[in-house]
Amino acid sequence: MTDQTFEPKIIAFLCNWCSYRAADMAGTARIKYNPNIRTIRVMCSGRVDPIFVMKAFALGADGVMIAGCHPGECHYIEQNYKTMRRYELLKHTLRAFGIEDHRLRLQWASAAEGALLAKAIDEMTEQVRALGPLNWSQYWGSDEFDEATFEKIALEHAEALEVSA
Amino acid sequence: MTEKAKLALYWAASCGGCEIAVLGIDDKILKVDEAFEIVFWPCVMDGKVRDVENLADGEIDVCLFNGGIRTSEQEYMAKLLRKKSKVLVAFGSCAHEGCIPGLANLSNRKEIFQISYHDTPSTVNPEGIEPQTETETPNGTLHLPFFYDTLKTLDQTVPVDYYVPGCPPEADRIWDAISAILEQNLPAPGSVIGAKSTVCDTCPRTRSEKKIKKFYRTWEIIPDPDICLLEQGIICAGVATRAGCGALCPSVNSPCIGCYGPTDGVEDFGARLLSALASVIDSDDPEEIQRIIEDGMPDPAGTLYRFGLAGGLLRRNILQTNGQKKSQAMGSTVSEV
Repeated sequence: MTDQTFEPKIIAFLCNWCSYRAADMAGTARIKYNPNIRTIRVMCSGRVDPIFVMKAFALGADGVMIAGCHPGECHYIEQNYKTMRRYELLKHTLRAFGIEDHRLRLQWASAAEGALLAKAIDEMTEQVRALGPLNWSQYWGSDEFDEATFEKIALEHAEALEVSA
Repeated sequence: MTEKAKLALYWAASCGGCEIAVLGIDDKILKVDEAFEIVFWPCVMDGKVRDVENLADGEIDVCLFNGGIRTSEQEYMAKLLRKKSKVLVAFGSCAHEGCIPGLANLSNRKEIFQISYHDTPSTVNPEGIEPQTETETPNGTLHLPFFYDTLKTLDQTVPVDYYVPGCPPEADRIWDAISAILEQNLPAPGSVIGAKSTVCDTCPRTRSEKKIKKFYRTWEIIPDPDICLLEQGIICAGVATRAGCGALCPSVNSPCIGCYGPTDGVEDFGARLLSALASVIDSDDPEEIQRIIEDGMPDPAGTLYRFGLAGGLLRRNILQTNGQKKSQAMGSTVSEV
């Protein structure tokens, strides 16, 4: 796949109170942005368990965006500070796995910031496009042998035992 | 006398601790012998793979399989024992989630061979000999198993009926599992035979609000014996780890390292621990948070996934077929090392 045709798949977790509304705002304002995000609405960016992020990458996402209310403006008072801390530790951990920083993005966007969110999505899409596909499961390796090989090994064992000592 | 049920025990990529742990049930091993005919247990009795191959499919009633799948031979044995067993149990942390051998998934075959057969100070190998899968000799071809880049857990190779967690499983929990099998009192297939709560629930330490400014590594601090270790800044995995050990480590002033695997319903141990650890950092400033994390956790994959890397959602680090890894790249400046 060449870079020209590669369209990154980016999972975007948008918080119900700010960022999802920012995306709505971008829509009503008819702001154009790259169609590469798959939106998942969550009640709060603090609801985004790091397991969700790991799972997105494991299942084939090329990037993950977590978007929430600006610090100090969280609907649930301070949960987005937890998001901030988890994001930093996630990034630190993903680096150890060889996953580039630009594949995970934390974006604050208030309900009024449709244009900002659209710009962030465009920017991230281009960054991930430049990195190329992640296609994580390619690193897992597949079963090395099939049913026929399985039978062959059993047969070899049988033959080996027929040889008298 | 009615025919006894057939039991098999096998080890793959593991240290042998699980086998010893089975004997840790002491004299109850005689009850196991009363109830089961042991058909295959290479660690303690003689036997040939051919004996297993000659059994009918499903003839073994229960197989306790410990160890991960690292070589073609282990994959073969996992598939063989799956075929021959009615109930296949992933026994111990290696079979369940990869455990310490699974940490080698941060590396690959080429690097592992380089270190094992060339670089270790105790190795003398001037001819640079490495294991080959086929060697021609005057008397015929000799075969060795193929060594995979990625260690797999048992259930990544064959379907597994039950899991017994722990590195190694505690003797009492092993007996619980064996009793459950004997009394036909098993949980739903696919479940872990063990406790549902976390190590924290069984830990005797006093817990209050957790807020920390610094992660300490164990050698940097002598912890207070009564207060929660995580509150003191020590990375303790008790919050994410399944109960069952009786909180042995925290009881002797040592943090939980997570050997009992993820608690019920958790798909990825490391990510759950990550979530818990990050949440207690007492700072709202991204730069300070970064500093606390980078100073306190130089090896995040090894710290968070000590036992659960191969069984985690990502399973391993990025792997390039030429044996080279992408540099730990920032942004788009990806280059070959």
